[in-house]
Amino acid sequence: MKAKQVIWSYSLGDRWRKWLNFFMLSCLFLLSVIAAVPFLFIIYYVFDKGVSAINWDFFTQLPKPPGEGGGGMSNALIGSAVVVGMASVVGIPWGMGMGVYLSEYKSTKTAKILRFVIDLLISAPSIVVGIFIYGLIVIRYGFSSYAGAAALLLIMLPVVARGTEEILKMIPNHIREAGLALGIPRWKVITRILIPSVLSMCVTVIMLAIARIAGETAPLLFTSLGNQYHIRSLSEPIATLPVQIYEFANTGFEQMEQQAWAGAMVLVFFVFFINFFTRLFLFFRKKDRVGFYSKMRK
Amino acid sequence: MIEKLNPIFVFSFFKKKEKKKDIHAQDRFFYFFLKALSWSLIFLFFYMLFVIFQMSWPAFSHFGMNFFVNADWNSWTQSFGALSLVYGTVVTSILALLLAVPVSVGVALFLSELAPNWLAKPLSFIVEMLAAVPSIVYGLWGLFVLAPLLRDYIQAFLSKYFHFLPFFQGPYYGVGMMCGGVILAIMIIPTISSVCREVFRTIPKSNREAVLGLGATRWEMLKIAVLRGSSTGIIGAVIMGLGRALGETMAVTMVIGNAPSIKISLFEPAQTMASILANQYAEADNELHLASLTAVGFTLFFLSLIINILAFLLVWKMKRSTTGISSTKRFSSASRGPSLSGLDYTGKEKKE
Repeated sequence: MKAKQVIWSYSLGDRWRKWLNFFMLSCLFLLSVIAAVPFLFIIYYVFDKGVSAINWDFFTQLPKPPGEGGGGMSNALIGSAVVVGMASVVGIPWGMGMGVYLSEYKSTKTAKILRFVIDLLISAPSIVVGIFIYGLIVIRYGFSSYAGAAALLLIMLPVVARGTEEILKMIPNHIREAGLALGIPRWKVITRILIPSVLSMCVTVIMLAIARIAGETAPLLFTSLGNQYHIRSLSEPIATLPVQIYEFANTGFEQMEQQAWAGAMVLVFFVFFINFFTRLFLFFRKKDRVGFYSKMRK
Repeated sequence: MIEKLNPIFVFSFFKKKEKKKDIHAQDRFFYFFLKALSWSLIFLFFYMLFVIFQMSWPAFSHFGMNFFVNADWNSWTQSFGALSLVYGTVVTSILALLLAVPVSVGVALFLSELAPNWLAKPLSFIVEMLAAVPSIVYGLWGLFVLAPLLRDYIQAFLSKYFHFLPFFQGPYYGVGMMCGGVILAIMIIPTISSVCREVFRTIPKSNREAVLGLGATRWEMLKIAVLRGSSTGIIGAVIMGLGRALGETMAVTMVIGNAPSIKISLFEPAQTMASILANQYAEADNELHLASLTAVGFTLFFLSLIINILAFLLVWKMKRSTTGISSTKRFSSASRGPSLSGLDYTGKEKKE
């Protein structure tokens, strides 16, 4: 009698619910496949078109006028390295300093305002940063690699600060308290105990920030402009890889487009190399000191 | 009295008093150094607002509110109006949101609630990598791969069978508002889905278990426990994606066709606020042109600030107001050990 009731209650409504469940879950699965497809598509095309265009000349030669054949982007590669290098020389200490401030003096008013400003700067359109640098530097001193580096610096700072803050927050408080209880001044606790214990993770954050600014195009369009030749002076316009890809893609000559694809492949390879290896590094680092500390707490 | 006659005490009276070393001086220096770094960025941010506004003031004072009503952008006749640019930006962003929101919410649900670990890890890696691809690469791909694909298959299909709708009329070239919208959709998927996953994580496990325990299927569990509880946060995530779509420059510039006009058909080329900056800023020939471009930039900046503040408020509200015991436990400072905030060395004792 009772068994019959159970079977009877497993009725149309329940079957409908089960079907709906199956249908919706497969929809969710399909949606995530759809999200993954463009990525694979892009990677496939960039490497497919890039590999056929890349050769040794690409890294060593200057760009040649269309019709002549050959040529490379060595000026843009060097230029990108210079601009990104200048931005990171200033940006890494500055950004890490702000990250330390955000995590170690987190209840101060300055930290609250700074956190808000960093949130806004990270999500602000990068071309606006270019306008600011144009009004600040380019109007007075002309297009130069300094202006490009300043624009990249302003994009890099919030990223580094945010990353450093997140990492320092992972260190449990009793480490700080132990250091302070020994009578060590607070700045020494921070610079000798906290930062060394998470240094490798800070390096990954910095690498990710560099990968991010290496691909920025919009703020460089009207700060560092572009150049056909090798770098001669830092106060002249300088060629950078993303801007050169943009210019070559718009020329309409097939040879230039090939070069643009090769440049895009180099850029994508650089960005992925950094992303992939930082993740691999974090994944395999089992004797992670922060993890060790947190295990101790339990 | 006897103690005062102690010879050691008497001797110490004559000894020069040693000055106490101020061990906090270094700390104070360190603190103010970091504070100076922080304030310089805050200052730069507000200075940025000021400089951009100052540069765009000639355009605002010359055109007034007409700047946002006039649809004509012509450097030859010195008539600059941002309406067509705003239109292009809004249409591409809305198209991007329509395409990206279902996909990214679905991805977030699948990755955080359903997928087994071996599938979730590579999939989430791929979705996060979408955010790491430089936008110039998206532009290149959009121009040479996506636009021809759209022209040959999707736009041909739409104009053949849906030409009664005003959105799918006229000739199609591939590049245009539709291509811009699709590229933007791909670019904002990682933003929306990562914020959504963050939001889903704030919903306590006990809510899900309770719904499952009452006999719900997994989809009903997702609907009742996860989606219904996190609608505020999802709206915040969508608005954050909108903010990113508005400001995206390079990819859109390369695929939108760069023709400032207001056309209702999605096949038509257009111009967005960010793309006109990328196109014309370095070549602006006179004062008014430059000021008008900067005014467009200021509008863009201002819009993105407002949109992002709104999004932060929504996500923040969501994170604070989640119900359930486990969530309050997770977000209280008690579980992280005693707070050091009372020990913040600011040169003074902190007043509670």
